[in-house]
Amino acid sequence: MTSKLIHGYEVVIGFETHTQLATQSKIFSRAPTAFGAEPNTQACAVDLALPGTLPVMNREAVACAIKLGLALGSHIAPVSIFARKNYFYPDLPKGYQISQFEIPVVQGGEVSFFLETGKGADAAREKKTVRLVRAHLEEDAGKSLHEDFIGQSGIDLNRAGTPLLEIVTEPDMRSSEEAVAYAKELHKIVTWIGICDGNMQEGSFRCDANVSVRKPGAALGTRREIKNLNSFKFMQQAIDYEIRWQIEQIEDGHAIQQATVLFDPDTGETRAMRTKEDAADYRYFPDPDLPPLHISAQWVQEQRALMAELPRAMAARFVADHGLPEYDATTLTQSKAMAAYFEAAATACGQPKLASNWIMGEMSRRLNAGEIGIEQAPVSSAQLAALIARIADGTISNNAARQVFDALWNGESADVDAVIESKGLKQMNDSGALEKIIDEVIAANADNVAQFRAGKDKAFNALVGQIMKASKGKANPTQVNELLRARLAA
Amino acid sequence: MTSTALHDLGVAQLATELRERRVSAVEAAQHFLTRAKAHQNLGAFVALNEEATLTQAQAADARIAAGTAGTLEGVPIAHKDIFVTRSFPSTAGSKMLAGYQSPFDATVVTKLADAGAVTLGKLNCDEFAMGSANENSAVAPVGFDAPAPVRNPWDTHRIPGGSSGGSAVAVAARLAPAVTGTDTGGSIRQPASFCGITGIKPTYGRASRYGMIAFASSLDQAGPMARSAEDCALLLSAMCGPDPDRDSTSLDVPAENFSAKLNDSIEGLRIGIPAEFFGEGLAPDVRAAVDAALKEYEKLGAQLVPISLPRTELSIPVYYIIAPAEASSNLSRFDGVKFGHRAKNYTDLVDMYKKTRAEGFGDEVKRRIMIGTYVLSHGYYDAYYLQAQKIRRMIADDFQNAFKHCDLIAGPVAPTVAWKLGEHGNDPLADYLADIFTLPASLAGLPGMSVPAGFGESGMPVGLQLIGNYFHEARLLNAAHRLQQATDFHLRQPGGL
Repeated sequence: MTSKLIHGYEVVIGFETHTQLATQSKIFSRAPTAFGAEPNTQACAVDLALPGTLPVMNREAVACAIKLGLALGSHIAPVSIFARKNYFYPDLPKGYQISQFEIPVVQGGEVSFFLETGKGADAAREKKTVRLVRAHLEEDAGKSLHEDFIGQSGIDLNRAGTPLLEIVTEPDMRSSEEAVAYAKELHKIVTWIGICDGNMQEGSFRCDANVSVRKPGAALGTRREIKNLNSFKFMQQAIDYEIRWQIEQIEDGHAIQQATVLFDPDTGETRAMRTKEDAADYRYFPDPDLPPLHISAQWVQEQRALMAELPRAMAARFVADHGLPEYDATTLTQSKAMAAYFEAAATACGQPKLASNWIMGEMSRRLNAGEIGIEQAPVSSAQLAALIARIADGTISNNAARQVFDALWNGESADVDAVIESKGLKQMNDSGALEKIIDEVIAANADNVAQFRAGKDKAFNALVGQIMKASKGKANPTQVNELLRARLAA
Repeated sequence: MTSTALHDLGVAQLATELRERRVSAVEAAQHFLTRAKAHQNLGAFVALNEEATLTQAQAADARIAAGTAGTLEGVPIAHKDIFVTRSFPSTAGSKMLAGYQSPFDATVVTKLADAGAVTLGKLNCDEFAMGSANENSAVAPVGFDAPAPVRNPWDTHRIPGGSSGGSAVAVAARLAPAVTGTDTGGSIRQPASFCGITGIKPTYGRASRYGMIAFASSLDQAGPMARSAEDCALLLSAMCGPDPDRDSTSLDVPAENFSAKLNDSIEGLRIGIPAEFFGEGLAPDVRAAVDAALKEYEKLGAQLVPISLPRTELSIPVYYIIAPAEASSNLSRFDGVKFGHRAKNYTDLVDMYKKTRAEGFGDEVKRRIMIGTYVLSHGYYDAYYLQAQKIRRMIADDFQNAFKHCDLIAGPVAPTVAWKLGEHGNDPLADYLADIFTLPASLAGLPGMSVPAGFGESGMPVGLQLIGNYFHEARLLNAAHRLQQATDFHLRQPGGL
């Protein structure tokens, strides 16, 4: 694997992502999982760990794990084991977290995405694949509220017992950009298959990044784990800071100590929470309250049948059926809504590549500027298809089409042909009128004609520009090229 | 029927008297409440709530009058204080839970109430069910201001056994016709043996553990204790059944009427006699009583078959690794944060944890938490916990091999009769070693029971242990009932009551 070096160091990043599952009730109790309720109103006797309570597995959470495994091409373990991770903390009511340790429910799999490299003329796209180690089911802890009380901490157990899938990668990423691209791709997948609402502010998708640096070819360096990255922006900042910090430390002759760190968005720095010396011994052992989790082939089959077409499969279909480049297909399958929009437009106009270009170009620019999703776009897929049809049949030029798109976007009119008509954007396809203009331009620009004949191609472009100008942009550039070349060759 | 004789009736007889309205549930409740207080010196009860009891009794009378009586309608019973209850505090014998009020009833409590049973109160036990003598309770019994010994009614200077000591005493002293107990490594069978009553621990998973304050999750099992197998069968039928929404380890095996086959003939029944249960550690008086009971079985047409349970001795180290390991984790929730005891003065969070747990737990509980924490620690887990799990499976396999040659297994419950209060003093190992005959069935998850078999040294009761294969509770109860038809040990009662 080739990778970009920073001051002669190779960066190595692995991810652990806590994905909150979109189930109605908690993983081992029947309490609801809704976010934002009054503290301790969504915790039942089981969540409070009252004496005598026992966990009972929520099958919906298991279904989410099966879906994730199917989406990532993982092995779905027919038998997996719940284990107790023992440690004391006030927001951990039982004094242990039920998780999976030795045998997780989802094993292996991978996440693929395109990474944009270089800028301007050097811009390129590289396909990357990050291998997954595992994804395991576990319960979330409650929250300790240190800010709201003076000299005391509050405990809110509403979140205690919320189902999580912790998704763990191999240390396959080599830059902060790659890490963020991986996180975005994973975020897309879990929201696409509907197992997570993806709300990063509410903590539904929390990433921990394990970061280390090494000289190329050397053994893996000591890693530090940046905890709870809950925005893509902070993720990039935190990893970049951490990389610089680690390289400085090593360059200054200090060894990196394994540690857990937090990113402070105010200072833009990471700081250590705890080092390995005070790391707890979690005394993992199989939870005797929960029998092994059995997942039958039939259950997997049922979930497969319930799942919508996955982004990977849909992208492959766009390549096969619509002849799109892989990059286009991957980009258009960033969200279900965008993919649906593309399919509708492409089918209606019969020009998939043009539809893709318009959605990835003009449409995306405006969506980004307006910070809205394609569901809110003022131009419908039917309108875009009509517009593309008019480009394809030569009625309007690309330039004119942008003006039409503008008018549609701004709500000036809903009908493509009406806009073309009212703005007089129809291309000049009458060769007689065009030939007249060409003759006039040749007559008025003898210098350019002479230069062209002397072998200067630039002079030809100057003539084309003059002709387009004289036609007020309505001439069909292809036709102009053909007619001008013929006339000059005569 | 005069009310003075009510406590001499078994559950079956009392239920009939109630159903036929020769005595009311309120009268029965009042009678037993009076008796419980009159004999509070025995230390059996830790909580009474007359108002709650009488309210339940009135409701039972109403159902009897309406003709909707359950099988146990109006029968007063009491629960080991390991079961959580809404109408009584639930302490598990620990200072950690002094005065703790549960917002829900254990499934077993609910099921018995559904069958019509009236709750008399809560019964003393070793703290978190850890002990073999009931000397580890940190809770003051009813009538006492401080923790006091639970006394064996056959000799009040002796221990009743444990951890269901209060339960066994209540039945033996006829303070309740029947009670619940829990058995992790012998906590129903051993006190039943020491107090001369009948008790059964069903197959692991038969009775829901929901609402049982956990000691060792993979071993804990609820069961009834009463004077006879017939009475145990009545209670067990009401207690068992799947509880899939509350306890994932409860088995999907339907409830069963355990009374149905009590009177079946045991002609030709093959009783396995494990050589390892009759070695040099077995006291001669216990051996004599057990041998006599086995002879009785031969007279009833059963056949004694020599068998071997070769890993019997290993059950002690295996149990004392697995049970403390699970306990160390199960008891982590008692941290002073949410409920139960919290230290008064502390400097920070860690200091609060340390002081709360140092003050709240007794010595035996702390000892087991430390053992359990140690065996689960990084670097020791494989050598202790995993190894113990492997041997546990072998012990279960040994039983399956034995059951190829016999229908049930019989032997002593404990190596000796009940010892003197304080006799084991500061020697917890002496207590651990005395569990040797009850631990194997617990580790294998098999049903086991104790049946009065006679009397040994100083006239103290001796129990015969019967162990069945999985789900063979009915066969155990049938064998026990037949023995009780032929003997009267279960009908004898201690003097002075």
